[in-house]
Amino acid sequence: MRSARNRELVALVPVALLLTAGFAAVFAQEKAQLGNLSLIYGAYFLAVCLATHLFLRIRLPNADPYLFPLMALLTAFGLVMIYRIDETLARDQANWFVLGLILFALTIQLLRDYEVLERYRYTIAAGSILLLLAPRLPGIGQQVNGAYLGVKIGPIAFQPAEFAKIGIVIFLASYLREHREVLIVGARRVLGVTLPPLKHFGPMLVVWGASMFMLVFIRDLGSSLMFFAAFLALLYVATGRFSFVVIGMAMFLLGAWFIVETVPHVHDRVEIWLHPYNDPLDKGYQILQSIFAQADGGLFGKGFGQGLITAPGTNSVLLPAAQTDTIYSLIVNELGLFGASGLIVTYLLITARGFKVALLADDGFSKLLATGLTAVFAIQAFVIIGGVTRVIPLTGVTLPFVSYGGSSIVANFVLLALLLLVSDRARREAASPARRELALGGAR
Amino acid sequence: MNRQIVKLFAFIVVLFGVLVGFTSYWSVFDAEALKDKRVNKRPLFEAQQVRRGRILAAEGTVIAKSVAKGRGANLRYVRRYPEGALFGHPIGYSFMQYGNAEFERYHNAELTGEESEFSTILEQLTGHKREGDDIVTNIDTTAQRVALSELEAVGFGAVVAIEPGTGAVKVMASNRSYDPNRIPDEFTKLRNNDLETPLLDRASQGLYPPGSTFKVVTAAAGLESGKITPETTINAPGMIIDEGHELRNDFTKDWGDISLDTALTNSVNTWFGQLGQKVGQDQLFETMEKFGFNATPPIDLPEGEVYTSGVYYEEHLLHRNDPVDLARVAIGQERLQVTPLQIAMVAAAVANKGKLMKPQIWNRVVDRDGRTVKHLEPSEYSQAVSAKTAAELTTAMEGVVREGTGTNAAIPGVTVAGKTGTAETPGNESCGGGEEENQAWFMGFAPAEEPKIAIAVSIECTPQFGNDVAAPIFARVAETILNGE
Repeated sequence: MRSARNRELVALVPVALLLTAGFAAVFAQEKAQLGNLSLIYGAYFLAVCLATHLFLRIRLPNADPYLFPLMALLTAFGLVMIYRIDETLARDQANWFVLGLILFALTIQLLRDYEVLERYRYTIAAGSILLLLAPRLPGIGQQVNGAYLGVKIGPIAFQPAEFAKIGIVIFLASYLREHREVLIVGARRVLGVTLPPLKHFGPMLVVWGASMFMLVFIRDLGSSLMFFAAFLALLYVATGRFSFVVIGMAMFLLGAWFIVETVPHVHDRVEIWLHPYNDPLDKGYQILQSIFAQADGGLFGKGFGQGLITAPGTNSVLLPAAQTDTIYSLIVNELGLFGASGLIVTYLLITARGFKVALLADDGFSKLLATGLTAVFAIQAFVIIGGVTRVIPLTGVTLPFVSYGGSSIVANFVLLALLLLVSDRARREAASPARRELALGGAR
Repeated sequence: MNRQIVKLFAFIVVLFGVLVGFTSYWSVFDAEALKDKRVNKRPLFEAQQVRRGRILAAEGTVIAKSVAKGRGANLRYVRRYPEGALFGHPIGYSFMQYGNAEFERYHNAELTGEESEFSTILEQLTGHKREGDDIVTNIDTTAQRVALSELEAVGFGAVVAIEPGTGAVKVMASNRSYDPNRIPDEFTKLRNNDLETPLLDRASQGLYPPGSTFKVVTAAAGLESGKITPETTINAPGMIIDEGHELRNDFTKDWGDISLDTALTNSVNTWFGQLGQKVGQDQLFETMEKFGFNATPPIDLPEGEVYTSGVYYEEHLLHRNDPVDLARVAIGQERLQVTPLQIAMVAAAVANKGKLMKPQIWNRVVDRDGRTVKHLEPSEYSQAVSAKTAAELTTAMEGVVREGTGTNAAIPGVTVAGKTGTAETPGNESCGGGEEENQAWFMGFAPAEEPKIAIAVSIECTPQFGNDVAAPIFARVAETILNGE
């Protein structure tokens, strides 16, 4: 399995080159000169990636070779975009990137037997829910744009939902691994619809309730959608019952509809989504500006550093939250439809590799864990890109690895670590002589 | 579970496909519509980042230029007009908050270097930065200055001077003018100034009764239709009754049997009133339309900023089948409303052997490297009248300046052909409602044998006659242009 790591190594080189070229483009645009600073940044980035690669070579020699380079690509992309918006933010982001890699390494180091997670699943679930509720706690909670997504303890501010999503996926994977059989077997058909058995349905109602609760409590449609969609994805994979998904979806829509009608902030978000031109200068400003920025991008975009974030000569903001929520709009603006499609394809490749890990894994928990982590990652990207392109209401989740934000980047590297842990074991077992014998025997 | 994982992946592929779909919709398919949204200020900000080309007078005077402010992402260009109010009309202005007006608006594409979609994509690929082209106009700075200062001396009004053979607009002055540099600070004040209406280009947007200048059009219709020749006489009593209205000559003078020359030289109302009835509405309107009436003048100013001349009923133009009082139309009264530009076009057509050239302010488009990208090709709007008719009209118009109502238009050593006009506008509210208010006109061209310039002068709200206030301005502007040749 040396070859896997060699492929990873080879894949990292173009990523570093891309980062170097990206910085060079931004420098050329802003300073009208080419220093060797972009080379230094590129070398620094490559060094950090190489260190991580060496660590993987020792610890997880069999893990998927493409996941890390793909995620490094997204990070590089994000760093260049953020650098183009604000140098100081990019420096922060680079630090978060390093911190993320440290946590990544720690996760791999400490969780080589990730099955232990199963033992603590209720603790993890409780902890995750606590994390989700934290932003509403007096003293540490923070409200941004009417949603409660941030926590600030002393000097440290973070977005607990980013970490909670991993915990919830671990819990769901473990719970469904244990109960999937009874959920399938105990199902009954009522009026032509296959219903899950009531006894085992309880915990699922809890999940539904939790996501509804989140919608009311932290008022963020995006996170709520992300969690519930990940849950439905796992439920579907675990049971193979599409009807469960339909029922779940109906319940979510019904609940969401009710909440949209009754909670003013959530109602506003939906109204803005449906009728942004009703209040183009205030509530509809962000989504409209996001779309106007995309309209200016065209097929090829205006080029790095050429897009307008503030009105020239003034401080009035043309693209609100360009470094977080609307970073995708800025990407369309500057790199065009082609650049943005490239980004979406990158997310799709990561999703494909993540599901490949799940396919190769041979125990239920590993399969469900890899599926869940991958699904929640993909859905998060969908929720925010869909938000700024008006596919769904715009909410404040980050674009994984690209948006500015420490919690996001650190949490997603932990997510990557778990995926690689699953992958390493799956691929090692798939390649072990015993399995090969078995496979050959089966074929014979 | 593997089957479900594959299906789940397929579902996510679909979701991401939707994202690509929406992104293409916003960034490509719906992009043009989004750029046109009123709440979308982005195109304006971006236009500010393109160095807009300069606008130059014929001899090179800089009329408008862009100066850079700020650097990098904050770089933007601001428009400057070194000559201030001199070219306020017809050049207009270009400022982000207030948009573009007049010439600046009409020629926006050249000034901003906007090219076809293909070259835009090519530019995107090569990273070429867009730059605007310069436009050299036909405007004669000296003559424009003379025209504006002459107008300022007598009151509100306009002067339009056109080179008959090419349609080149040499002067287009409107008083009250305004300094375009003041637009960003004083736009509202300028716009709300109802007394002076400085933002109104009286040359192209001022609609006035043409008075006797219109008799040239009536005469043209008569000659063209063969209803009269220069020798035909019509009895012109002191007064005729037309559709129940009295139509009188000045001092109710009875001229007896006279021909065109005498009638035009002395601007005999009863003669032209009868000629109008003789010619008929169809023929009169046909000739009018050949001179450019009832259509937006074919000048390089934006639609909506150039008004159409004709017989108006409230806001609507009347056509040849609509009921009009023909005799009064024939002498430039009734509900006839014309712009100074239109009257200048009539003069230019007669001067150019009956051929009306499209009036154009621009002369050529020059890129940053000094290469001429585009050049004005003079083009014909219509053969308004035959060369023979034009020559006969010219002879009659020479009489007006030599010995008739327009003697103040005479230029020593040059034969001038022209026609005065004085439309009474008593109680005109825009003049303050005075009883003695006239719209004074002079239109003509010089030298009569080989015309170099055709000019219309129009003065609002004056107690004086065309020969007193308008004809002298004609003479001075014409002299300036002829001396400059």
